[in-house]
Amino acid sequence: MKIPDGLRYTSSHEWLRRESDGTITVGITDHAQAQLGDLVFVELPAPGRKVAAGEACAVVESVKAASDVYAPVAGTIVARNDAVPAAPESVNEDAFAAWLYRLRPDDASAMDHLLDARGYQAVISD
Amino acid sequence: MTFRDGTYVARLTPLNAMHRAAGARMVDFGGWDMPLHYGSQIDEHHAVRRDAGMFDVSHMRVVEVEAGAPAAGQRAEPRAFLRYALANNVDKLTVPGKALYSCLLDDDGGVRDDLIVYFLREDHFRLVVNAATAEDDIAWLASLRDRVAPGLVIRPRPDLAMIAVQGPNARAKAWRAIPGSESATAALKPFSAADAGECFVARTGYTGEDGFEIVMPTSRAEATWNALAAAGVKPCGLGARDTLRLEAGMNLYGQDMDRVTTPLESGLAWTVDLASPRDFVGKAALDRAPATRDLAGLLLLDAGGVLRGHQRVHASRGAGEITSGTFSPTLSRSIALARLPSGVAPGEVVEVEVRDKRLRARVVKPPFVRNGQVKVDLA
Repeated sequence: MKIPDGLRYTSSHEWLRRESDGTITVGITDHAQAQLGDLVFVELPAPGRKVAAGEACAVVESVKAASDVYAPVAGTIVARNDAVPAAPESVNEDAFAAWLYRLRPDDASAMDHLLDARGYQAVISD
Repeated sequence: MTFRDGTYVARLTPLNAMHRAAGARMVDFGGWDMPLHYGSQIDEHHAVRRDAGMFDVSHMRVVEVEAGAPAAGQRAEPRAFLRYALANNVDKLTVPGKALYSCLLDDDGGVRDDLIVYFLREDHFRLVVNAATAEDDIAWLASLRDRVAPGLVIRPRPDLAMIAVQGPNARAKAWRAIPGSESATAALKPFSAADAGECFVARTGYTGEDGFEIVMPTSRAEATWNALAAAGVKPCGLGARDTLRLEAGMNLYGQDMDRVTTPLESGLAWTVDLASPRDFVGKAALDRAPATRDLAGLLLLDAGGVLRGHQRVHASRGAGEITSGTFSPTLSRSIALARLPSGVAPGEVVEVEVRDKRLRARVVKPPFVRNGQVKVDLA
């Protein structure tokens, strides 16, 4: 199971990457895609939408189950990856390449409190 | 399921270690530890539609129904017993080896299980029942036996394993894998079975494709599975089994029908013979209460989600509920079975509550797919 260093993680299986422009890229982890199985439907939030930390803002559905994707920190959606709804299986192929959306955080330091790779490893080993 | 020392222990089929060694994702299914998929359930689905796939279905239970020793000059006959115990009529079975699909009903017409019954000889019929319901079925049949056919033998066969080999190339690959099986089963018609050495081979399945369900001693299961794999049959899990059976318009017990629904409300009126004078368990209840709802197929027209069990459906004649829904790999569309008010006709466009949206779906007559061919209009 891939858990790259240098990313932040949530216990609800999102990954976060800080970009040079201060925005945060969000996706779901390799563990999450493996649990869900073949993805067949993805719905992403519209740019401009304001989200609270922990708010459900995207949906991923596999053949067997539907799952919400949460905003890990509060902020404003600035971009979404439209290639993913067009090819949901891309998340199964590489969950860390197939990012879902970018947001500009209200608080630039908010993601520092989230899990690092080691902390996330501990969460999924439980 | 089994509890030992207060801990829950899932039951294992003879192929469990092979599934785990193959890296299968395992799930609990009716108390059994079963493979969900071995990687991609969609790839497994396509393998069955286009070539050949195999499923470990050893969790299902074979139950023999045999004539007992004559008592008081009378001998309890399996046919007479099953004519009363099953909702479908075993008198349709006249040729040895022939199979029949039937519901096993409660006195109130609710479905206790669905099963396949094989006519082998007048003194020997064979049932194949679902895993989760097997113990209840056996107890129910034994109590019926005590009431109407004392002396009849109801004999569960935990010593047997079962592998389903399905797909357009399934029979040819099975013949290659199992020496001697071709001569014994080449002439086998659909829904019939024959012995091939230690194997009992039935031309039946739960996918809408041609193929075999092969019953064998548990000691033969591993070698047979390996031989089939070597012949190019792809191992498939319960995930693909579910999408295949739903595309084929086949019900799943516990989801599409159960103890509180009747076969007449479950798209299974064709399996219940109410016209003949034959009495059977549940008949009086079915006669008393005609069905006001039935199962229909749904094809999702809008983008915006996947149809799933328990989603609410709004049709012209009232509301209903999806009983099984999924994404169809063959159609690349979402499909479902839904219990709707009777009289909702194919072609009607209904609305389904999917999360916070209402999506349009068209009522269609299952199957969605049969023998690799799409059977519904996707336009």
